[in-house]
Amino acid sequence: MFYREAGQFKKSYAADMAVFPILQDRIGIAVILFIAAVVIPLTGSTFFISSVMIPFLVFSLAAMGLNIVTGYTGLISLGTGAFMGVGAFACYKLTTIFPNVNIIIWIIASGAFSAAIGAAFGLPSLRIKGFYLAVATLAAQFFLEWCFVRVPWLYNYSASGAIQVPQRTLFGVVITGANASPTTRYMVLLGVVVLLTWVASNILHGRVGRTFMAVRDMDIAAELMGIRLLPAKLLAFALSSFYCGVAGAVMMFLWYGGGEAADAFNIRQSFNILFMVIIGGLGSLIGCFMGAALLNIVPIILKFGLPAIGIAVASETAEHLNHLLVGGLIIFFLIVEPHGLARLWQITKQKLRTWPFPY
Amino acid sequence: MLYNIFIDPFMQMGGAPDLLVQTLWEGLVSGVLYALIALGFVLIFKASGVFNFAQGIMVVFAALTLVGFHEKGVPAWIAVILTLGVMYVLALAVERVVLRPLVNQPDIILFMATFGLTYVLIGIGEFIFGGEPKQMITEQLFLPRGAIDVKMLGGRVTFQKLDIAAAVIATVMIGALAAFFQYTRIGRALRAVADSHKAALSVGISLNQIWAIVWFAAGIVALITGVMWGARSEVSFGLDIIALKALPVLILGGFTSIPGAIVGGLIIGIGEKIAEFYWGPLVGGGIENWIAYVIALGFLMVRPQGLFGDKIIERI
Repeated sequence: MFYREAGQFKKSYAADMAVFPILQDRIGIAVILFIAAVVIPLTGSTFFISSVMIPFLVFSLAAMGLNIVTGYTGLISLGTGAFMGVGAFACYKLTTIFPNVNIIIWIIASGAFSAAIGAAFGLPSLRIKGFYLAVATLAAQFFLEWCFVRVPWLYNYSASGAIQVPQRTLFGVVITGANASPTTRYMVLLGVVVLLTWVASNILHGRVGRTFMAVRDMDIAAELMGIRLLPAKLLAFALSSFYCGVAGAVMMFLWYGGGEAADAFNIRQSFNILFMVIIGGLGSLIGCFMGAALLNIVPIILKFGLPAIGIAVASETAEHLNHLLVGGLIIFFLIVEPHGLARLWQITKQKLRTWPFPY
Repeated sequence: MLYNIFIDPFMQMGGAPDLLVQTLWEGLVSGVLYALIALGFVLIFKASGVFNFAQGIMVVFAALTLVGFHEKGVPAWIAVILTLGVMYVLALAVERVVLRPLVNQPDIILFMATFGLTYVLIGIGEFIFGGEPKQMITEQLFLPRGAIDVKMLGGRVTFQKLDIAAAVIATVMIGALAAFFQYTRIGRALRAVADSHKAALSVGISLNQIWAIVWFAAGIVALITGVMWGARSEVSFGLDIIALKALPVLILGGFTSIPGAIVGGLIIGIGEKIAEFYWGPLVGGGIENWIAYVIALGFLMVRPQGLFGDKIIERI
C-alpha cells in the first residue's frame, strides 16, 4: 500500500540500474542514515552506543569483507579473524611509527597491508576449491595468530603482549585512546562504515562484482567466457581482506582501545563472522548488517535483557545459553531460509508491494 | 642461518637417534588420535556428503557424558553403554532435526548447519556438565597406566602404555570399520549411498536410516577418541580447537578415503612433532599450531584432491 512503485518511471538505463530504484527505498535509507547519524548520538545512552552500536558496526564491516570473498566469489574463508588482526597490528605499528599522520589515514591504509597478506594466502585458491580451500585458509588463521604472539615487534615489545591504543585526534577532537567519548568514536566509525559500504556497493554492482559472481556460479564457465581466474580470485581475496583489515583496525582503535590482540582475532572470531554472513545472507550487503545485528543483539539480550525483566541469570549460564541459542538460531535459519535474513527481507518487500492482495 | 635450517636439525637427528625415535613415537600417537577424529569426518562425508564440523565437539561431548555418568555413581561399563545410547539418540536427533529438512541444499549450507550443531552441543555440554575440565576414568575402563622404557640405539626410549593401548585400539577399530563396510548389508548400503544418493534411493535404501546409522558410527568413533584423548590429558572443551587439526589430516588424505585419514593422520602427527622438535626452536617454538596446515597446503598444491581422494572431474 505504502510501498508501491506505481508511477515511478525510469527514463534512463542508469536509473534502471540504480541501487535503490524505488523512491521509498531512497527515503528509507535516508531515514536510517538520519537515525544513525543524528538520533542515536543525541539520544542513545553511553551503554547503548558503546556496547551495541559500535560492535554492530565493526562486525558489519568485517562481515562485508567476508561476504565479498565467500558470498560473492564463492570461496570459503576461515581466516577472517587473522586478517582483521593484520589490520589492527598494521594500524598500531603505523600510528606509533608515524604519530603525526592522521589516524583515519592509517586506519584505511592498514587495510592495504591486510589486503596484501590476504592476496598472498589467496594464492592456493586457484588450484583448490570448496572445503579444501576452507582448510587452506585455516593455515593463514593459525600462522598469523602465531605471529601475533611470537613476533614482539608487532606489539612494540610490551611485556604483556598487549597493545595500548595511543590518543589521536581528528580536527582537534580526541577520537581514540582512553579519553575519547563513545559518541565521537561512534561517529568516526559510522563515517568509515558508510564510506566503505558505499564503495563496496559500487564495486560489487559494477564490472568487478559481476566478475566475482561469475566465478562463484561456475569458475570454469567464467574462465571460458574470458574471465581470468587468478586475478579475479586474488582481487576478491585482497578486497575482502582490505575490509576485514579495516574492521580489525577500527575494532582495536575505536572499540577495544587496546588489549591482548591475539585473543580478539582468534579462530572463534572467524567463525563468528562467518555465522553473521550465513545468517545475514550470502552475497548480500544488507545481509551483512542484518546478520551482525542479530548475532550481536542475542548475547546482549541474554546478558543484560533477562536480568532487567527480573530473570536472574549468572553470567556463566548466560554464556552457555548464548552458545545454545546461537547454534539453534543458525540451524533454524538455515532450515527456514537458507539464503539468510536478506532473502526474508526481499520476500517481505515483495509482500508489502502487493499488500493487501496475495499477488 | 641456512646451516641452522638445512643441516643442523639432521645432525641432531643423526647424533641422538633415541631422541628421534621418541619424537617419532610421540608424533605417531598424536597422529593416531588425529586420524581417529578424521575418521569420524570421513564416515559422515562419504555417506552424506556433509562436512561434519561437529565431529570435534562430539568427541568432547561423548567423553563428558561418559565421565558425567560415572560421577553419578554408574559403574564404568554401564556408563559406556549409556553413553552409546546418548550418542544414538544424538544421531537420530541430528538426522531428524538438522539433516532431513536440509536435504538437497548446497554443501556449504549443510556445513554451516553442523557449525550450528557444534554450538548447540557446546551449550548443552556446558549446561549439563559445567565448563571446567574433568578427569577421564582410565582405571575403571581397564586402560593401562605407566610406561615402558626400552633401551635402544644407545639411549632410552619411553613408551607410555596408554599410548600403545591407543594405537592398538585404533588399529582394531579401523579394521572393524573396514570389515563392517566391506561385508555387512548395512556397510554395502552405506557404500551405495556414498556412491550416489539417487541411485541408492531407487534401489530401496532408506537415506534417513543410513544417515542415522552413519552418525551413530561417527558417535562411536567419537566416544573412543574421547576416551583415548581424555586419558592422555583431560576432558575439556579446549579439545574442539585441537580437533581442528583433523582438517589438515583430511585434506591430506582426501575427504572420502578411510586409508587416507589414517595415513594423513600419521603424516601430520609425525611431521608436526618433528618440525616442532627440530625446527621449532629456530623461530621461538609453538609452530605445532600451524605447521600441520602448511604441510597439508604443500600437498594440496601438488594434488588438489588429497593423497587418496577421488579425482576431481569438472564438467560444465
